[in-house]
Amino acid sequence: MILEKNDWKSSISEIVKDLTPGAFLSILFLILVILVGLFAPWLAPFDQAEILTNESFEPPSDLLWLGSDFLGRDLLSRLINGVRVTLFLALLITFLSFIMGVGLGFLAAAFGGRIDSIISRVNDALLSFPALMLALIVINSLGSSFTVLVFTIAFIDMTRVFRVSRALAVNIMVMDYVEAAVVRGEGKTWIILQEVLPNSITPLAAEFGIRFTYAILFISALSFLGLGVQPPQSDLGVLVKENMQALLYGEYTNIYPALTIAAIAISMNVFVDWLLKRSSAKLSEEI
Amino acid sequence: MAKSLLTVKNLSVCVKDKQDNQHKIVDNISFVVNSGEVIALIGESGSGKTTISLSCMGYARPGCFITDGEVRLDEESVLTKSLKELQTLRGKEITYVAQSAAASFNGAMTINAQVTEIPIITKAMTKEEAKNKAEKLYKELELPNPDTIGLRYPHQVSGGQLQRLMAAMAMISDPKLLILDEPTTALDVTTQIEVLHSFKKLIKNNNTAAIYVTHDLSLVAQVADHILVLKDGVHIEYGTTNQIINNPQEDYTKALIEAAHIMPDELSSSYLNTSKKTSLIDVQDITAGYGKKQEMIAVKNVNLSVEPGETVGIIGESGSGKTTLGRIISGLMAPKTGCVMLNGKPLKGDIAHRSRDELRDIQFAFQMADVALNPRQKIEKILGRPMQFYKKLSKKETRYEVEKLLGRVELPTEFSNRYPTELSGGQRQRVNLARALAAEPKLIICDEITSALDTIVAQQILDLLQSLQEELGLSYLFITHNIATVAQISKKIAVMREGKIIEQGFVEDVLTPPCHEYTQLLLNSVPEMRTDWLDKAVIERRQLLAELNRL
Repeated sequence: MILEKNDWKSSISEIVKDLTPGAFLSILFLILVILVGLFAPWLAPFDQAEILTNESFEPPSDLLWLGSDFLGRDLLSRLINGVRVTLFLALLITFLSFIMGVGLGFLAAAFGGRIDSIISRVNDALLSFPALMLALIVINSLGSSFTVLVFTIAFIDMTRVFRVSRALAVNIMVMDYVEAAVVRGEGKTWIILQEVLPNSITPLAAEFGIRFTYAILFISALSFLGLGVQPPQSDLGVLVKENMQALLYGEYTNIYPALTIAAIAISMNVFVDWLLKRSSAKLSEEI
Repeated sequence: MAKSLLTVKNLSVCVKDKQDNQHKIVDNISFVVNSGEVIALIGESGSGKTTISLSCMGYARPGCFITDGEVRLDEESVLTKSLKELQTLRGKEITYVAQSAAASFNGAMTINAQVTEIPIITKAMTKEEAKNKAEKLYKELELPNPDTIGLRYPHQVSGGQLQRLMAAMAMISDPKLLILDEPTTALDVTTQIEVLHSFKKLIKNNNTAAIYVTHDLSLVAQVADHILVLKDGVHIEYGTTNQIINNPQEDYTKALIEAAHIMPDELSSSYLNTSKKTSLIDVQDITAGYGKKQEMIAVKNVNLSVEPGETVGIIGESGSGKTTLGRIISGLMAPKTGCVMLNGKPLKGDIAHRSRDELRDIQFAFQMADVALNPRQKIEKILGRPMQFYKKLSKKETRYEVEKLLGRVELPTEFSNRYPTELSGGQRQRVNLARALAAEPKLIICDEITSALDTIVAQQILDLLQSLQEELGLSYLFITHNIATVAQISKKIAVMREGKIIEQGFVEDVLTPPCHEYTQLLLNSVPEMRTDWLDKAVIERRQLLAELNRL
């Protein structure tokens, strides 16, 4: 075992050293996307709702870098704004689903027995519904609003997070160090927060990335079907849907938002894969 | 003199870290194996013994590189061979028996299919020939029902039998050299000598050369002709078995011999306890088991008491219920019937119903320190938490107390800022013990705490336990399968078999013949530092077993 001082400078240089070209590009792109989302109002060249030309689906020009949309608005400005809306929604949904899913998952694992089987069976029942169907039913009956959308998708995502976090916690609960805490007389709260959580943080972080990607895809799919974000608000899914006509005229207008969705999803996956591989390599080094 | 079969000359193996720096793990090792001869590589973990034995097959584990030296088998260089040539060598000329047979067998195939696989796929034998050869080997290894055992699956035979079957797999293609890597370490003490005996017989009958890798000097004394002592990849001492055991030259070898698991010459004499005090722990007629209604009984009608300041040893093979008993006393498991008394007051079965002071008095030290310490907590937190939990110390007081505690278990105070992964096995076991001490308990239940350690390190832990007892007046419940360890540190002893205590009392009384047949069997299984011990021990063992079965 070789000991090294752990300060942030050396750990950053170590991370940089471990980067693969794919991971490097993905991280770069994700940082770019996050910055675009954060500073959208200042980055967008035009107001996203302003109608600038009478031409629908104008090809890219010096003024309108990505051309105009079906109403003659600037597509680039709408795209930048769409990224902001999609990212914000996806982040909110993933956070909510993790708070609920990890909480319930750890609870089920820590108490075990009847509590565990009740929560797990209910979760299994929910899991057996196809996600999109469940979302369509709920949103159709409650009407599509921001809140309904966020909570519905977060709830569906929660069932997936629950499974992963419960499985992780069950494996940790049988370790001797947890038993040592039990025999000391520690309460469940301490065991969950101090023994289980720190040891599951890396796989949970990776799972967060994956669920975040799914949330983006899911919102986009719902918006595409007209059940997600409603006009005048627009996200990436809405942009793909409302500019579909462009393809008939031989224009690529709705390809740009579609590509953006794909690029975010792929980068996120590559990044998460790299993260997992790196942490497991680290683990075997420690052992 | 027989002609030399394997020559290893100036062998060096390195590992590379991330910065591409090389660290030597095997440094300039040379030895010779003659045909029909057994050489033992002995040393603690990390001494490079497995790495050397693998190098003899031209193999280096991932991340390792053979940087220097040569290995010759029958005058042919092994290290320069291509992978294809090596494949014909491995499993045929040189074979390998790994430590854990259970992990090396495929649970989905019959034993015969796996034992005969190599000669069949290399077309050295027909299926029929291979099967006959395997049966002959089973007979030689003294396995039960040699003509049908091969039709079973690995989970249908015992651990000791599986280890012998693995030896059959290694011997089937008549190798010139057999490498045995700690082949009996994972076995129960009482089966260990039986397996050792059949290995010895097999090697002798077939006139095969062998390399025997182990950390236990007393075992090696029974089988090896020559011994090579290693430490940190460096050659320490080489000689015939008699030379090494009876006349060791180096200090390290002497330390190894001293720490070997052999019975102490003198058993601690019982002192007369005239004043009748209440016992610290009094286990009254405990029965417990596993399953929903505890219907699978693991511990049956057990009575046991521990006086303040005294060590009680519990010994037995795996599955005898000794760990279950420890778990019941600590409250990790509630008994089905019976109760545990602490200072004359009954304890609740379940941990949740015990008071904090009751919990504090009984602490548990786990077997495997590497899984008993949370890898994400610093030592300071691991040791400080019990203090804050039981004694409500402030942060500053805790820091001071942790430093004091580290000193007490003979670790440097800087360790409080380290994580468990940054410590060695022996250091971790000290932290594990320190955590139990942090609560300032009256009793520590030590569950096989020295079993996973190298002999020298284990001896140090035992010494530490004893000095702590003198200093703090602690009681220990020392659970182990190793009767020699128990005899060394306990005052009283309880022998468990199949969930029952079959004999208990002062060490001197229990372990001095005549004793119970089972105790005798355990005593009989402790290797002695004599080269002629094994054959006699096996004969005695069989008589005792026959008697036990009759009872």
